Amino acid sequence: MSIFINKDTKLVVQGITGRDGSFHTKQMIEYGTQVVAGVTPGKGGQTFEGTVPVFNTVYDAVDKTGANTAVIYVPPMGAADAIMEAVDAGCALVVCITEGVPVLDMTRVYPFVKERGARLLGPNCPGLISPGESKVGIIPGRICAPGPVGVVSRSGTLTYEIVYQLTRAGIGQTSCVGIGGDPINGTNFIDCLEAFEKDPHTKAVAMMGEIGGTDEQEAADFVKHHMTKPVVGFIAGQTAPPGRRMGHAGAIISGSAGTAAEKIEAFKAAGMGVAQRPIDFVDLIKAGLK
Amino acid sequence: MNIHEYQAKEILRGFGVPIPAGDIATTPEQAEQLAIKLGTAVMVKAQVHAGGRGKAGGVKFCKTPADAKEKATAILGMQIKGLTVEKVLVTVAADIASEAYVGIIVDRSRKKPVFMVSAAGGIDIEQVAADTPEKILYLPVDTRYGLRSYEAMRMGFFLYSDIKLVKQAAKIMQQLYAAFMASGCSLAEINPLVGTPDGTLLAVDGKMVVDDNELDRRPEIVALRDESSEAPSEVDARNCNLTFIKLDGDVGCVVNGAGLAMATMDLVKYYGGEPANFLDIGGSSNPEKVVNALRIITEDANVKCILFNIFGGITRTDDVANGIVTATKNNPLKVPIVIRLTGTNEEIAMKILTENGFTASNDMDEAVKKAVQLAKGGKAA
Repeated sequence: MSIFINKDTKLVVQGITGRDGSFHTKQMIEYGTQVVAGVTPGKGGQTFEGTVPVFNTVYDAVDKTGANTAVIYVPPMGAADAIMEAVDAGCALVVCITEGVPVLDMTRVYPFVKERGARLLGPNCPGLISPGESKVGIIPGRICAPGPVGVVSRSGTLTYEIVYQLTRAGIGQTSCVGIGGDPINGTNFIDCLEAFEKDPHTKAVAMMGEIGGTDEQEAADFVKHHMTKPVVGFIAGQTAPPGRRMGHAGAIISGSAGTAAEKIEAFKAAGMGVAQRPIDFVDLIKAGLK
Repeated sequence: MNIHEYQAKEILRGFGVPIPAGDIATTPEQAEQLAIKLGTAVMVKAQVHAGGRGKAGGVKFCKTPADAKEKATAILGMQIKGLTVEKVLVTVAADIASEAYVGIIVDRSRKKPVFMVSAAGGIDIEQVAADTPEKILYLPVDTRYGLRSYEAMRMGFFLYSDIKLVKQAAKIMQQLYAAFMASGCSLAEINPLVGTPDGTLLAVDGKMVVDDNELDRRPEIVALRDESSEAPSEVDARNCNLTFIKLDGDVGCVVNGAGLAMATMDLVKYYGGEPANFLDIGGSSNPEKVVNALRIITEDANVKCILFNIFGGITRTDDVANGIVTATKNNPLKVPIVIRLTGTNEEIAMKILTENGFTASNDMDEAVKKAVQLAKGGKAA
């Protein structure tokens, strides 16, 4: 079992003929994801890699193929429009990989998506994977294995690092979800924790946060009041200076708010396990699974 | 991206916000001439990207042009939080009857721009928020509809009782909001918004921070960038498409991905060292990026050891290995290097490195420990 995507996920790729879009589409197909359509305006009627039909619009793609999920690899200035197009066309889940989307664009996109009852993951995220079933985005499939742990993270490569260490230690995953490093994103930690709590196959959750904002503190509060499954947390950016954007647009300590210390305190107050180092996840998760 | 006060004021003035007259001086003589031209008492204000300019002595009231020259002499060239003052703003000193705070920030939890207004202006708004939160009105704006008239009026009434001031304030809220949206800001503030004894409102200080993600579509904002106010290594890195932040430690870090880069810095600290920088070479493994990253890091004289931490997903570790070999062939390293890489094409990468006289490991903790030891002048185990 898994959250958000599974073997029945039918995917349309926006920007399928671009450099990143084509590379990752091949990887997704290789992993076993049902990629049913691609969209590149002006290239409708072509076929990607001889198997995936390309359409001019997401409407056409959904209409002709029954796609229910979209993944976006378009340049940042076009990403807001691409998200809204996918939602308008009826995709229930839209995963935006694109990095560099202006935050003011997201202030319009967020309510648009919510009001239509769709789920947006990202932007600026690596997507998600349900090992053995489906992957949508760019998480390398070979570092994952099916198993009982739910993984949710604001990061990309740090997630891979931790998932890889779990897999090497023989601990597989139900789903790994990258929610993205931007200040405004469609899906937050709580959305994922709630889904993992409901998923009968998830027995423990690994959560990787970082400096900036209050998403982790709110998540800790949710864990305290609504989670029966053990959750282990980690915060990146303990050595980050205040006022500087640490790569991710959302990873910034504003004034004295959003520090690693306050987030770790919140985790402890919620009774969560706290990983000091990435490698500590292995023992803490093992203990949680017992 | 930060812009200077005088630049923010120019933008706000363009949207109709009332701003006291003034201009920029880079010499004491220019400051004197501006004071003569303005024909009144002036403020001389340091233009640097740092808060607390007043406390640092970078903002002075000057009664006469001679006074302005003297104060400008003191302020130009002074250091504020490590930044050298190269420009001052010489501006009409306003008569102050009241001081309010007006700001807009993008609020992450509400997922909207939120106005913060308070009649307790002129001081640190974070302090007001902590001590007397009831003195601040928070007003989220739905950017699909923009700031509605009634919302602007509500903020005006929160700040003032005189209807003339309320209406002026409401108009300024609209102008500030328009400037905020048009410039792609993540923050814009007027602090203080001064009420003069004759009943007019003036934006005496202005600040704008632009979302870096907006810059591709706002060349007019990019043109305002003042590279003299940034660390040269950070300017260099930006021009090479690297995300780099200089810190004070001695372990130079080269990592792919922002989260892993932060986690690597944290692990350096965990094992008793201090990171010299944050550096993310990004998702692509273009060897040229590795060459540039090594050049920028080795220019920092504090760096005693270089640590590579690469998790190959999309990034091919053999590309990174080739980058290291190329970079060090052209410019042999003067400090030790510790390489950790794992993931895509790890075996090929290890072979390339070994053939060129490097050692590498695939264990993150082991590599970080070794780098910290080497930076301290110790022998690696």
